[in-house]
Amino acid sequence: MAASLTRRAPQTHVITALVGNHPGVLARVAGLFARRGYNIESLTVSVTEDPDVSRMTIVVAGDQLVLEQITKQLHKLIEVIRVADYVDAPTVERELGLIKVRAEPKDRGEIMQIVEVFRGRIIDMSDRTFVIEVTGSVEKLDKMAELLSSYGIREMVRTGVIAMARGSRTA
Amino acid sequence: MKTGARILLECLRLEGVRHVFGYPGGAALPLYDALYDEKQIEHILVRHEQGAAHMADGYARATGGVGVCLATSGPGATNLVTGLATAYMDSIPVVAITGQVRTHAIGKDAFQEADITGITIPITKHNFLVKRVEEIPETISKAFHIARSGRPGPVLVDVPLDVSLAKMAWDPSMYPDKADIPTYKPTTRGHEVQIRRAAAALDEAQCPVLYVGGGAVLSGAEAEVRELAERTNTLVTTSLMGKGIIDEHHPLSIGMLGMHGTAYANHAVHNCDLLFAIGARFDDRVTGKVDRFAPRARVVHIDVDPAEIGKVRVPEVPIVGDIKTVLAAMLPHVKPKPWSAWNDQIMEWKSEFPLVYPSDGRLYAEYVIEMMGQATNWEAIMTTDVGQHQMWAAQYYKCRRPHQWITSGGLGTMGFGLPAAIGAQVSSPGTRVLCLSGDGSFQMCTQELMTATVYGLPIIVAIVNNRSLGMVRQWQELFYQERYSHVDLQASPDFVKLTEAYGGFGLRAETPEEFRNALSKALEVRDRPVVIDCVVPTEENVYPMIPAGQSVDEMRIRENLEELKVTVDTEGEEWSFDREERVLEQFVALRKGGSSAERGS
Repeated sequence: MAASLTRRAPQTHVITALVGNHPGVLARVAGLFARRGYNIESLTVSVTEDPDVSRMTIVVAGDQLVLEQITKQLHKLIEVIRVADYVDAPTVERELGLIKVRAEPKDRGEIMQIVEVFRGRIIDMSDRTFVIEVTGSVEKLDKMAELLSSYGIREMVRTGVIAMARGSRTA
Repeated sequence: MKTGARILLECLRLEGVRHVFGYPGGAALPLYDALYDEKQIEHILVRHEQGAAHMADGYARATGGVGVCLATSGPGATNLVTGLATAYMDSIPVVAITGQVRTHAIGKDAFQEADITGITIPITKHNFLVKRVEEIPETISKAFHIARSGRPGPVLVDVPLDVSLAKMAWDPSMYPDKADIPTYKPTTRGHEVQIRRAAAALDEAQCPVLYVGGGAVLSGAEAEVRELAERTNTLVTTSLMGKGIIDEHHPLSIGMLGMHGTAYANHAVHNCDLLFAIGARFDDRVTGKVDRFAPRARVVHIDVDPAEIGKVRVPEVPIVGDIKTVLAAMLPHVKPKPWSAWNDQIMEWKSEFPLVYPSDGRLYAEYVIEMMGQATNWEAIMTTDVGQHQMWAAQYYKCRRPHQWITSGGLGTMGFGLPAAIGAQVSSPGTRVLCLSGDGSFQMCTQELMTATVYGLPIIVAIVNNRSLGMVRQWQELFYQERYSHVDLQASPDFVKLTEAYGGFGLRAETPEEFRNALSKALEVRDRPVVIDCVVPTEENVYPMIPAGQSVDEMRIRENLEELKVTVDTEGEEWSFDREERVLEQFVALRKGGSSAERGS
């Protein structure tokens, strides 16, 4: 079950859009994706070093032509400042996940080992559950969720990917 | 100190606005109060806000400038939606100003509140909600800049009641000289290398065709397109939106291409080795089945909108830029070419498959259109509604210049023709304005006849009255076993009496002779609208026709009408695009002698 919850579609791309920090910008971007029928795998919005500018990191599924259309259509939105796809550039990508897993006393040792291997942290504990925090690549979170699923994942929340180009290049 | 409403009007003046089409209401009261004293801007009171949006659109198309409409909040604003969507699909610069409930009431489901900026996101190029009176000048300046630059389009500005009532110190020198939008810088100049490659491609091609769309009209590139065509002796086909970019009486014009385009234009595009696309977007009504559209051609594609390049067909030579600017930069590299054997071939197709219609003593729409053209020396502005009459007009009304042909191409909005004609006539009082409508379309915005009467506009409307929703009827005849579901309009008002009730001049014609007489009477009227009810045969269809999703191989012309009728078992199926395609597949299979059972389901 975990696999179908977490596995990415075969062809996914990370797009970064710098947008004006105005009300309604998210609606414009989300509306564009809905209207043109593009699939969003994940979308995060956050502040940047410039308070007037927000950064959207969007993971989309589709081939090269679809990606090109998405990039161009995004760029047409008046409030979009810059769009970058990371097709040809080395990037670092990270995602944060919180996983509430069932933790029976007999399983606790094993779960803690898994958490250690994946360099996660247990940030809450009850008599029946752990809440685990983990950051890393999408694949790492997928893998960890898969391993934990045998104990019973009660709840999982993932932030979606944020990405940045390696080296001195900026979006 | 002046109110926001007063300042807004002064900003419109500074943008050169002379006419505003609108309808008042509660949230727009301050704007209308300011209009009460306004001397430089004439307000045209419409009868329905949809009419206001179409009039602003028609005004923009006739002039090449920006059209402005005005409505109140809630239902006033939502009534603009169809008009804005129409303008958006055809990239027409319109600025719509709407009243909104007071800022503190927004989101509280106040009386006549609608989230019009939310509603219009997908059908405007951009929109604004003005939060403070101080934002008005900058917002209006941005709205006009966005509407008219790059790929033009409609922009909506939503102004809450308290913002238009609020006062601030103002003088016109505070208006921005130039809108500064750092995130919006449309490309105008094309890439120099690509421009040279395009010129070389045209030089090398044995069988080139220019395929010109509405983008060339919007850019004002008629002189450059004609020069390019004449210097290289390349024949020009246009999309529905490109009509008039070259005089359609010009020997290099081969008319419209696509579903109901001329057979020779479609054969030319199908067989060309270079398709030189200028401000055209490879619409499905043009291409039919995309992978069988111009299958042997290299493609040059010039468009101001980068997203159009490669959206449908990936071009060998892409050029992003303003059409006029790009062609002007290209022309110095374009070498003259003589009339070619390829052109002779197209001319042969033209004599083999001319546009024809019956001449059996009855009145036909095609005749109506030809007579209207001849009577006005083909110089009148022609607006249309949507349906069979629109396609006949596209085939038979031979435009001499751009901005003369005003039709809802992308959205296909019935009810567009009459208000668009009003907008065009307001913009160009010295120009004859004709409107070709249908008995279905005309009833979608009939109320604007009153507007035409009140302002004394001598528009001539010819209603192609086949007592039927003709285009739907045609598809039902050809693809739905003649199951004529809800297309019968026998029950319609008497259009002559209706026109008279609105204070216009009503006429009826049932034969060619009656139509000629009616038209000459209509041309004498100078102070009010004229409607000619043209009674035409119900069963007349539009040909040539390439069924949706097919290619030129499946083109139907008048000679093989019987072959068009197919019987397809569609019992118990929901209508869907998929089904429509399957029906067409079966239709093609039948035509090719296959069995529908094999191809079906």
